[in-house]
Amino acid sequence: MSAPSTGGRLRADALTLGYDGPDIVRELSLTVPDAAITAVIGPNGCGKSTLLRGLGRLLAPRSGAVTLDGEPLAKLSTRHVATQLSVLPQTPAAPSGLTVADLVSRGRHPRQKWYQQFSVSDEAVVLDALAATDSLGLADKPLEDLSGGQRQRAWISMTLAQETDILLLDEPTTYLDLAHQVEVLELVRRLNRDRGRTVVMVLHDISLAARYSDHMVAMKDGRIVAQGTPAEVVTPELLLEIFGLAAQVVQEPTAGRPHVIPLGAAV
Amino acid sequence: MSTVTRNGGKVRSLRVLRAGPLSIRISPRGLSVGGVLILVLVAAMAIHVANGGTPLALLDVLRALLGDTSDSKVHLAVTEFRAPRMVAAVVAGACLAAAGAITQTVARNPLASPDVLGVTAGASLGAVTVLVLAGGGSAGLSGLAATMGMPLAAFGAGVLSGVAVYLLAYRSGIDSYRLVLVGLGINGFAVSLTTWLLTLGDVSSAAQALTWMMGSLNGKDWALVQPMGVIAAALLLAAVFCGRWLLLTSLGEDTAVGLGTRVGAVRLTALTIAVLLASVGTVVAGPLVFVALASPQIARILTGSVVPPVAVSALVGAVFVLLADTVSANALSVALPVGVATAVVGAPYLIYLILRYQRRLT
Repeated sequence: MSAPSTGGRLRADALTLGYDGPDIVRELSLTVPDAAITAVIGPNGCGKSTLLRGLGRLLAPRSGAVTLDGEPLAKLSTRHVATQLSVLPQTPAAPSGLTVADLVSRGRHPRQKWYQQFSVSDEAVVLDALAATDSLGLADKPLEDLSGGQRQRAWISMTLAQETDILLLDEPTTYLDLAHQVEVLELVRRLNRDRGRTVVMVLHDISLAARYSDHMVAMKDGRIVAQGTPAEVVTPELLLEIFGLAAQVVQEPTAGRPHVIPLGAAV
Repeated sequence: MSTVTRNGGKVRSLRVLRAGPLSIRISPRGLSVGGVLILVLVAAMAIHVANGGTPLALLDVLRALLGDTSDSKVHLAVTEFRAPRMVAAVVAGACLAAAGAITQTVARNPLASPDVLGVTAGASLGAVTVLVLAGGGSAGLSGLAATMGMPLAAFGAGVLSGVAVYLLAYRSGIDSYRLVLVGLGINGFAVSLTTWLLTLGDVSSAAQALTWMMGSLNGKDWALVQPMGVIAAALLLAAVFCGRWLLLTSLGEDTAVGLGTRVGAVRLTALTIAVLLASVGTVVAGPLVFVALASPQIARILTGSVVPPVAVSALVGAVFVLLADTVSANALSVALPVGVATAVVGAPYLIYLILRYQRRLT
C-alpha cells in the first residue's frame, strides 16, 4: 500500500467535497502519478466521481485544495487549467445536430482567441485527435446518430484536441457493451504508452480497471481505503471490506493482472 | 474560404476563413440565410411604411423619406408617424428575438424565452402600474408620465423580474427546468398583480392598459423610438459577440468548465443582456407574445445550426413583427394591435413546441 514515488503534478490535499448535503469526499489526500494510468474504484456513492470532479475543478473544495504543479486550481485561471488537464464528465450531453468534427474542434477553445478561431495548427490537432480514436470517418455525422461507443470516442477526441498532459475520465465505459468498453480502454492505454499522458479514470468493473491501470485507488465513504499496484489493491480482503463482496481473486492469463470472481454478497 | 480537408475528402462541418494570423469560423448556410433575410427585412420595411392607415403611393413615401417636403401632409405622415412606427417594429422584433435566442441557449431549452420567464410580464406590470396610478381621468396618461414614466417603469420592472427569476432559480448553477418553472411562477405572479391593478383604475386607463398589454405599435414616436433604438443597437452588438461562448455553454456546465469557460460569468453576462434586450423590446412594443419564443427556433432551422444564431434570430424577429404589424393594421376593417397577429401565429407554434419537447423527454 505504498504511495507512488514518482512526483505528481496533480495532487489533492486534505480535500473535502460535497454538494448541498453532507460531505461526500472527506479530507482526502492523493498524489496522481505522472505519465501513468490511475483507476479509482469503489462502491456506488463512495465519492469516486465526486473526487474526479474535484480534481477537474468542476466542483470547488469545501476545504483543502487540489493543486496543479503546486498551485491551487482555484488560483489558476480556468483557461490555463484547460490547457493542462481535460475532463470528460460522466454522460456528457451535446445539443442535437452537433457534428463530431464540430464537437472535437471545441477542444481547441482554451487556446483560441476571437480573431483566431481555427488556425492551421488547430486544424491539424483536431484531425489528429479524430484519427487517434479512429473517428475520421464520422467527422460530419451528428452525435445523436452514433452508437454509444462511437459517441464516447468522439468525446474522448474532444479531450484529446485539448492537448493536455492530464486526462480525467469519469466512467468512460458506462453504457457500453464489453467490446466497446475494451476499445475505449485500449485507446486510453495507447494515449498513455504512446503519448505519455497522465490518466485518472473512474471505473466500475474492477477486473477491467486492474487490467488497464498502473495505479489503483480504492475508495469507501469518501476516503481512500487502499492504493497501489493492481496486485496490491485487488485482494479478497479489500473486496470484502469496501464492497461487502465475497470473491476469489485469480491471475488472468494474458497480463498476469488480478481478476475478480464474485462469489456473493457477504452477510 | 478554406474547407478543412483530409485524404482528399472534406470535413464539411468545419469551415474557416483565414487571412494571415486571422481565422474565423463561418457557416456558409448561415451567411446566405442572413443575406437573404436582410433583403427580406428591407422589403418588409418598405411594405410596412407604405401601408399604414390610408394607403399612400410607394413613390410618394420614398420621396418623403428622402426629404421631399412639397406635400407637407404626406411628409408629416411618413416621417413623424410611419417611420418611427416602422423602426419600433424592427427594434422590438430584433430585441425580443435576440433575447429569446440567448435565453434558449443558456437554458438549453427551446421553451425558455423571456415571455415564459416572466420578463415581459414584469415589464407589463410596471407599465400598467404607472398607467393606473398616474393616469386617471378620461384623457388617460399624458405629459412626463407618458413619455418617461411608463417606459422607465416597464424597463425597470422587466429587469427586476429577470433578476428575481435568476436569483430564485440559482442554486450552485442554473438548471434549465428550475429556470422555466421559476419563470412561469414569476410570470403568473406578475400577470395576477397586473389584473388586480386593472380593477383599481378607471375604465379609460384600464382600456389604455389593455391595449398596451396586447402589444401595440400605435403612436410610437421618435421621442421613445430614437433612444431605444440606440440602446438596442448596442445590446444587439454585445449579444452577437456573446454567441461564441454560448455555444460552449450549450455543451453542458461540466464540459464548458472543462474547456476553460467561466460558465457562471458567461451565463450572468448573457442573461443580463437578454433581460435588457427583452425589456427594451417590451418598452417599445408592449409584451409582444411569441416573438422571442418562435424567432430563434425558426432561425435555427433556417440556418441548420446547433444553437439559435443571435444575429439571424434578430433578423427573423424584426421581419416577423413588421409583417405582423402590417397585416394586423390593414387586413381587417378595424386596425388590430400587432400583438394579436403575433399571438395568432405564435400560440399554435407554442403548443407544437411543447408537444414535441414532451415527446422527446418521454
